[in-house]
Amino acid sequence: MTILFGVPLSVLLGQLLLGLINGAFYALLSLGLAIIFGLLRIINFAHGALYMLGAFVTLLSLQYLGVNYWFALFLAPLTVGLIGMLIEKYLLRRITGEDHLYGLLLTFGLALIIEGLFVKLFGVSGSSYPMPDALKGGFNLGFMFLPKYRAWVIVAALIVCFVTWYMIERTRLGSYLRAGTENPKLMQAFGINVPLLITLTYGYGAALAAFAGVLAAPIYPVSPGMGANLLIVVFAVVVIGGMGSIMGAIVTGLLMGLIEGLTKVFYPEAANTVVFLVMVLVLLVRPAGLFGKET
Amino acid sequence: MKGLRKAIGLIVAAGLLSSTAQAAISDDEIRIGYLADMSGTYRDLSGPGGLEALKMAVEDFGGQVNGKKIVLFNADDLNKPDVGANTVRQWIDEKNVDVVTGLVATSVVMAVNKIVEQENKLALISGSASSALTNEFCSPNHIHWVYDTYALSNGTAHAVLQEGGKDWFILAADYAFGHALEADLTKVIEAEGGKVVGKVRHPFPSNDFSSYILQAQGSGAEVVALANAGADMVNALQTASQFGLSQSGQKLAGMVVFLNDVHSMGLEVTQGLMLTTGWYWDMNDETREWAQRYHKRVGRMPTMAQAGVYSSTIHYLNAVKATDSDDSQVVRSKMIETPINDMFAKNGKIREDGRMVHDMYLAQVKTPAESKSEWDLYNILRTIPGEQAYRSLADSQCKLIKN
Repeated sequence: MTILFGVPLSVLLGQLLLGLINGAFYALLSLGLAIIFGLLRIINFAHGALYMLGAFVTLLSLQYLGVNYWFALFLAPLTVGLIGMLIEKYLLRRITGEDHLYGLLLTFGLALIIEGLFVKLFGVSGSSYPMPDALKGGFNLGFMFLPKYRAWVIVAALIVCFVTWYMIERTRLGSYLRAGTENPKLMQAFGINVPLLITLTYGYGAALAAFAGVLAAPIYPVSPGMGANLLIVVFAVVVIGGMGSIMGAIVTGLLMGLIEGLTKVFYPEAANTVVFLVMVLVLLVRPAGLFGKET
Repeated sequence: MKGLRKAIGLIVAAGLLSSTAQAAISDDEIRIGYLADMSGTYRDLSGPGGLEALKMAVEDFGGQVNGKKIVLFNADDLNKPDVGANTVRQWIDEKNVDVVTGLVATSVVMAVNKIVEQENKLALISGSASSALTNEFCSPNHIHWVYDTYALSNGTAHAVLQEGGKDWFILAADYAFGHALEADLTKVIEAEGGKVVGKVRHPFPSNDFSSYILQAQGSGAEVVALANAGADMVNALQTASQFGLSQSGQKLAGMVVFLNDVHSMGLEVTQGLMLTTGWYWDMNDETREWAQRYHKRVGRMPTMAQAGVYSSTIHYLNAVKATDSDDSQVVRSKMIETPINDMFAKNGKIREDGRMVHDMYLAQVKTPAESKSEWDLYNILRTIPGEQAYRSLADSQCKLIKN
């Protein structure tokens, strides 16, 4: 067996694959954050709460309405997307043009309220969501046992990330969006409904978070704190990738998953901090982030 | 001569004063502070439910002892030692709190204990796990009630070792509690001829355990021990089940498993898991009756930590009543003198090192088919007598014990 840095290659491969799966979650979440920051210039601290909402919509719709997993993949992003649009229309819009700090505080407060409400209603232990039958079991890859569901997570997350990237970078709607980022006043003059565009964008970002929440429901305990724990790492990912950069968010998300995966083998005690270490290094060398434009 | 008489008079007066100070209840109130994690990962283990158990104890005393009112304070320690320490400091300095109860995260409890000892008050610890609290960190000012890492790891590991699991992999939370558990567990394993073939310490709290589970699978160990608690333990167990840990022939042993954890994960995931518990609601009529009372108020069945809050408070208030004092040492002596016989423990005894020694129970999680109701979760396999369950005083490093 090949040994690399004192660790068998097979073990390393398994860890890298797991890292990629965690990276897929980071990518999905940081993508939503990057889109929202790109157009709204809002640092969306409610993102973790929206992710948690996605998981809870999945859980509760099964418990009370009998909605299965596959349907929840659409229902949860739709529901949370709508909630997101309401948040944008009635709260965030009021602070357009103010300092970043207002948006940050508003969304942070919102996250605390939503999470607090769920703690009150469901406690902190959370519940588990049954694995959909089609994705039970797993593949024996020789070097590891890969549960089917985890493989599905990578595929689903990458498809959604790619579609989102394509929509923004390659379609007409996406070009409006990018133009709106550059110069909203001019866009308005051309007859584009920029406020609607902004509402839809925030809704879409929220829907992405909820989609990640649905993906997470069968493998992680569905609990009110699930988003808050992840959020800070995801922010670091966005900073490393470059605030507002779409491709940067996706690639960095996957990359950080890999780095974290390796850390868990070589020095597990630092697994929660390694992303921040990378962030510090990147900020020192390239303050605009790996994929950000230096201004 | 006159001077001498005066001096004697003063000494006698001082003696009288000090004895009246001891045999009295300060401020004419018994002030109890409940400090616990009210919002984080240990909320369901103790949290608001423990506070409710405390209120039940106070109500059972009619809200007063010997005509002196019982006053409650409560606060969320957020699992942060500085927050917990500041709260208790404030309670003692400004509110004259006599006793602090609840007390969950070991790191918080360590910080709080220091202050309680300095101020010569009393702490009744129900939630915290570390056996170090009555070993190297023992003090004459706290009593550890429900369980500890030694008793849990000892009970479960012993049972698993007897079934033939010799090679162990330990997954431990990387902080004081996880370290204590890991150390206690290693001792038991090695003492009984087993071997620790691998271990990993994960950051507290962690989101994803797949990497650690994979390492455990690759270690070739027969038994994978989870030396963590709360959400981390739940998460690790769930991940282990997804990665087919038991299908690949490895056995899982949860060291610190609470009722709320099993309830949250569901029997599908947890069935067959062996664990040691200090108390279970469905053991006899007395436990059931108390648990049903609790359930009416809280809507959940009590964990052993929540039952411990009730039991320790009742025992404390009884001692206050008997001595008519809330002086920490007077009450503590009385508490040590009196055996504990209530819905929580039979013939429980508080040792000089502050350890409340009582019987522990080896339990196995029921299968979905065996379980008859939402909270019907454990089969009690056997009783572990208190003297066997807890570290013997002969091995104690506690400064209060002369070895």
